[in-house]
Amino acid sequence: MASKLKSKNKYWQTGEPMVWLSGAALSLTLLTAVVLLIVIMINGLGVFWPAELQQLKLKDGSQVAGKFLRSEPTSDNTGLRRQYKIANRDVYGLDFRWIDEADIVDENVPEQMLVLERVEHGDFYGMLKGISSGSEQRQTTALSDLEIEIATVKGKFAELSELEEKLIDASYRMEQIRLKIMRLDYDKVSADDPNRQKLISESESLGNQFGTLVELQSRRTEIVRQATATFVTANGKEKEIVLADIFQVYAPNQMTTGDKIVFYLHKLVELFVGEPRESNTEGGLFPAIFGTVMLIFVMSIFSFPLGVIAAVYLREYAKDGVVVRIVRIAVNNLAGIPSIVYGIFGLGFFIYGIGHGIDSLFFPERLPTPTFGTGGLLWASLTLALLTVPVVIVSTEEALGVIPREMREGSYALGATKFQTLVKILLPMASPGIMTGLILAMARAAGEVAPLMITGVVKLAPALALDGNFPFLHLDRKFMHLGFHIYDIGFQSPNVEAAKPMVFVTTLLLVLIVLIMSSVAIRLRNKMKKRYTFGTF
Amino acid sequence: MTDHTTDTPIIKVNDLKFYYPGDARALHGIDLEVQEKQVTALIGPSGCGKSTMLRCFNRMNDLIDGCRVEGEVLIEGESIYAPSTDVIELRRQVGMVFQKSNPFPKSIFENVIYGLRIAGETDRNLLAERVESSLRAAALWDEVKDRLNESALGLSGGQMQRLCIARAIAVNPKVILMDEPCSALDPKSTARVEETIKELRRDYTIVIVTHNMQQASRVSDYTAFLFEGNLIEYGQTEQLFVRPQHKQTEDYITGRFG
Repeated sequence: MASKLKSKNKYWQTGEPMVWLSGAALSLTLLTAVVLLIVIMINGLGVFWPAELQQLKLKDGSQVAGKFLRSEPTSDNTGLRRQYKIANRDVYGLDFRWIDEADIVDENVPEQMLVLERVEHGDFYGMLKGISSGSEQRQTTALSDLEIEIATVKGKFAELSELEEKLIDASYRMEQIRLKIMRLDYDKVSADDPNRQKLISESESLGNQFGTLVELQSRRTEIVRQATATFVTANGKEKEIVLADIFQVYAPNQMTTGDKIVFYLHKLVELFVGEPRESNTEGGLFPAIFGTVMLIFVMSIFSFPLGVIAAVYLREYAKDGVVVRIVRIAVNNLAGIPSIVYGIFGLGFFIYGIGHGIDSLFFPERLPTPTFGTGGLLWASLTLALLTVPVVIVSTEEALGVIPREMREGSYALGATKFQTLVKILLPMASPGIMTGLILAMARAAGEVAPLMITGVVKLAPALALDGNFPFLHLDRKFMHLGFHIYDIGFQSPNVEAAKPMVFVTTLLLVLIVLIMSSVAIRLRNKMKKRYTFGTF
Repeated sequence: MTDHTTDTPIIKVNDLKFYYPGDARALHGIDLEVQEKQVTALIGPSGCGKSTMLRCFNRMNDLIDGCRVEGEVLIEGESIYAPSTDVIELRRQVGMVFQKSNPFPKSIFENVIYGLRIAGETDRNLLAERVESSLRAAALWDEVKDRLNESALGLSGGQMQRLCIARAIAVNPKVILMDEPCSALDPKSTARVEETIKELRRDYTIVIVTHNMQQASRVSDYTAFLFEGNLIEYGQTEQLFVRPQHKQTEDYITGRFG
């Protein structure tokens, strides 16, 4: 019997499938994001773990020592093959090797096997044979002996680095004087001008100082470099390595889990504060982290006020009409322009236009060497600011738009001017929305690489944008960036396989930085929200 | 009720016409005199122009692009639509309380002194004094005196509306305009606000727009009945409610329409 209350709607009309569809879409999105993060984390977090070194005896009688990386079926599908990092690039010519399991006769984990992180040529795997301090030589296989020697060498190097600092300082001062003299040349100051004479004599004395320092440095370096150690690789080859070139040495096969954890944390710290080595495939990422954060920071300083003020004008002051509507559409579309186009605009407008203008106005004596007329942190930040300003405008406009009319009227009715209402009521109330815009803008800026590549990012920056030399903040300098770093070491490096772990680590770091900056901004926003939202009644 | 013979007009409306954008006329030439330190109620069905008229008294309608005013509104003999009139100064003299309570997202204290702050008043003692006197006048002091620094958004609906009244009083206006101040409140809160209005009558001239006939008869001394942009009848409240002169007024107050 047909009930009167029975639904006559078809199944799809009930809306049930829509619920499932939207749920599925959300899960899919979340899933891809989570998988991405997991892949990055698995690959990135394991990089610094000191895995054991295996020594393999192969069918042909040769021996290989290396870190096991992964295994996969051989091309003819008859068995498995394993990839090992065998390091010793300067000895073997390559640091990764695929070995068929069928070829392996015997494998063991020799305790004496050491890992040397070197300044050049990547890691070295081998056993210690002897140490030489230049004049005397002795046979030893103890890691502790080697460690003591390396510590001594490092101590000497620390003294040397003081020298180096002096050198850098002297060359910086010489450069400043050279520029001043260039300025005098440009101003056609006569050759016997006392000022010029003073500068020249200063420069000469500095030059003498510089010469002695360089000599001292090279002499001392030579002495330090006399200390060497001899190692034996897995297949019996001997290799003499200068102790000064050894960055760190450890024996992973002797380490307990506790040791390994300490080692791992130590490496993490190095990652954050250290300088890159080996064409960026090893060492720390400090300059890139610094460059990225600095870039986002300077970008925000420009884009935040500009966007907010533009939005205030659009929403509060401009008379609503065709023009305003067109402007609004244009602003919305600006957000969709490919970022490389912004980069080209930045290059053409900021660098060649404004930068060159600044150079010819203030530093004409240095031309054709550009000062501001070349890529730098300032121009890259401005380009990114331009790229993100639509995001700030749109969200600020929206935030201002949702403030109820009663708020404005309440303020006006008490005798407030438009400006007072804006500053005291509207902007504070819109601040959570404005913050949302800033968060989005920062996230977008942090991820952009393309526009940076033509506005001042470099593979290796000689100096940070912030240092002890006046005026301390050098926005004209080139900088490093984590996003570009990923591209550079991952796809432009001569040794892609060796760079791979670093790519994952850098990616992880970039995600982390974006996450940290966003969560700080979100906390700030929630605080504002609490303060400025309505109680319900 | 007060002795009406001593009343002096504070607001004089002469032939006031108001056009919304697109020349839609909302007021068709209104003549009215509002008496000082009395409560004047504007009643009438929805869309009759009573809120529009109220907003003409502090030039709130200026915020609407493309509207137009003809005729004259004199407050204490000064035409408020004269070119020389400072709107900011006018709004300080003519306060307003809105239909929907609109406390700012600030502390109770800051809400009350908002008008003084933007006028440039910085004397802390005076501000604190004014907060207390205004909140007392709005009958809110006892309820909030211990939490002046808490957010005004934590108050109840009725308290918020009384806070808005206190905020209007704080700048010491001559006239307070109220646009259906109780329409969003429950009966208990309404009673308290009405109590407040009666108290305020001693010091301020009040013009109140209301939908509620009982409210008009309870709180007002004078009542104006508007219908379709025309002032149909205006007089002392008792007379208007007991002996309406016009058929339309009678129909409206007896609930036959509206």
